[in-house]
Amino acid sequence: MKKKILLAHGSGGRLAHELIKDVFLRSFDNKFLRPLGDSAIFDKEKIRWAFTTDSYVIRPLFFPGGDIGKLAVCGTINDLAVAGAAPLFLSCALIIEEGLEFSTLEKIVSSIKEAAEGAGVQIITGDTKVVEHGGADGLFINTSGVGIVRAREDLSPGRIEAGDRIIINGTIGDHSIATLSGREEFDFQTEIESDCAPLNDLIGMALSGSQDIKMMRDPTRGGVASIFNEIVSGQSFGIELWEEKIPIKEEVMSICEMLGFDPLYLANEGKVVLIAKEEGAEKLLSILRSHPLGKESQIMGKVIPEPKGKVYLRTAIGTRRVVDMLTGEQLPRIC
Amino acid sequence: MKYLSEFRQKEPARRLVRKIHQLMEDIDREISLMEVCGTHTMAVFRYGITDLLPEKLHLLAGPGCPVCVTSNDYIDKAIAYAHQDKVIIATFGDMVKVPGSRSSLAQEVSEGAQVKVVYSSLEAIKIAQRNPQKKIVFLGIGFETTAPTVAASILMASKGDISNYLVLSGHKIMPPAMQALVEDHQIGIDGFLCPGHVSTITGSKIYEFLARKYRIPCVVAGFEPLDILESIHLLLSQKKLGQAKVENEYRRAVTYQGNLKAQKLMDMVFEKRSTSWRGIGEIPGSGLKIRKEYSLLDAEVRLPLKVRKSREHPECICGDILRGLKSPLDCSLFKKVCTPSHPVGACMVSSEGTCAAYYKYSEGKF
Repeated sequence: MKKKILLAHGSGGRLAHELIKDVFLRSFDNKFLRPLGDSAIFDKEKIRWAFTTDSYVIRPLFFPGGDIGKLAVCGTINDLAVAGAAPLFLSCALIIEEGLEFSTLEKIVSSIKEAAEGAGVQIITGDTKVVEHGGADGLFINTSGVGIVRAREDLSPGRIEAGDRIIINGTIGDHSIATLSGREEFDFQTEIESDCAPLNDLIGMALSGSQDIKMMRDPTRGGVASIFNEIVSGQSFGIELWEEKIPIKEEVMSICEMLGFDPLYLANEGKVVLIAKEEGAEKLLSILRSHPLGKESQIMGKVIPEPKGKVYLRTAIGTRRVVDMLTGEQLPRIC
Repeated sequence: MKYLSEFRQKEPARRLVRKIHQLMEDIDREISLMEVCGTHTMAVFRYGITDLLPEKLHLLAGPGCPVCVTSNDYIDKAIAYAHQDKVIIATFGDMVKVPGSRSSLAQEVSEGAQVKVVYSSLEAIKIAQRNPQKKIVFLGIGFETTAPTVAASILMASKGDISNYLVLSGHKIMPPAMQALVEDHQIGIDGFLCPGHVSTITGSKIYEFLARKYRIPCVVAGFEPLDILESIHLLLSQKKLGQAKVENEYRRAVTYQGNLKAQKLMDMVFEKRSTSWRGIGEIPGSGLKIRKEYSLLDAEVRLPLKVRKSREHPECICGDILRGLKSPLDCSLFKKVCTPSHPVGACMVSSEGTCAAYYKYSEGKF
């Protein structure tokens, strides 16, 4: 049977990585694309630029703590921010399904405006397409962004070494659980709101206050588990996470237990993981904690020399297990 | 609420592990305990519990994942329905990827089959209401935990005259399967970690016959690491004293009688029948068939069809794995041909399947 695209090819897990490597990288290969970072970095006119793009296809369009508009702005800003860049301008393209209510569109557009203003970026170009009923799930949004790299050091896995500390700016999994609870087919009520937020201010503060940051990533689709697997892949180090130190809301943990989800794979939209020198980790932690989006920051693990290329979890009961990349979507258990 | 973290503490875990080692020294022989529930299997791996246990103590993963035990002929039937004119299959997501004899629902979708992934049977009813000109066939799989909700959906559709909602029942119940496993002397089970979710509905009473008739210690277990360690400790304590009784470690969710309302629902809509389990074969009284009163909603009655004789992949050993006889590491396909992205057997598909658990959590260990 002919190979076809499956939903899992878009889930940020193993299949998505195979697709990117085998199809896109093979065709477009160049030195800017090759690192497969959150943003492409290039020097032009003596300025170091960051450039990125992302498409947003979330259901439901509105969820506790945000909507597709806020998400489309924050997501792209965060991709620039974790590359060490200060975002300047965004583009915004909408693919709208015939029949979408005007009031819905207006609500989303005003949320785009609000998010962009809040983050100090302007939307300077855009596009609209309308497709037939059934051709899109209400509304899809694509945003691209450019920014100027402020980080003094090169933020790449090349400088990471054993002993470095892993820091996160708050609780994991809130976004996934909030969007799930917003879907009508899920019969559970929760207080959990999406963590969707622009991280450029927090990250800017961290970069100007600390010289010890070696790399940053935003753990969106595929969660922290996938991000760390990407970071260690092909490298001469591994990563050990400490379960007790990973910030997670008790309610998120309970819902995960109920549905059979592993929170390490849940998506986040307002989180950054930072890898920093051991000596500077505590200072960086206090800088992060002084920002409203970093109050619950934690040192949640460290870089280890062996085994190379693997991510481990030191569990709460003291055992150790491997944390692999997500190999499909997480689905609720059937019992 | 600090509910869950209380069951994930290092010190109490260490104390229990010490007690387990002491008991195994006293018992001084190989002991095999079976966890029947897929969630237990997953938790054992997620917390690396096997690393803490004495060598002579074996945890066998049993047939406790409904997706894994669904036989190929059921999948083949679902695929055949999916290709019928004006039929939409509504199913839990995991089922879509399970390979039947010749294909899976996921593969058939790209060939034009109509399949919708739902999170509950009630969602399937909504699809039926929105598509009155089509027939919605809901794939009813799951044990005593899921069967009552599907029973409720059948009652709801029946009362609301939603006649285009049909159920293909593949529901199964646990006690007859546990009996079949105990009677299979090749396996040699010394005790059961009884499934926590199933027991919330059935109560712990359904395991009494295993203790009385077969002298098998049973402990209903929760899913946190301390639950599992405590349950193993209780089973070994019974073993040491030569006892066989049903104990309930998961008291915060399970009672002796269980959820009587749910049991009644299940009883109203379903009756027992013989059904086939992947790997174990036909077990009398282990399946649930929709009663005659609701046959208008029974896919097998309303849309009878014949499918070709089913077949299993010749090298797939899911069957032996489901009976606890073999581990995924004994399988020549494991990790080579059979992976979560390209599963050959059902145990690799389900998030709670034994092969999926080995794949996900044991890399680099063996």
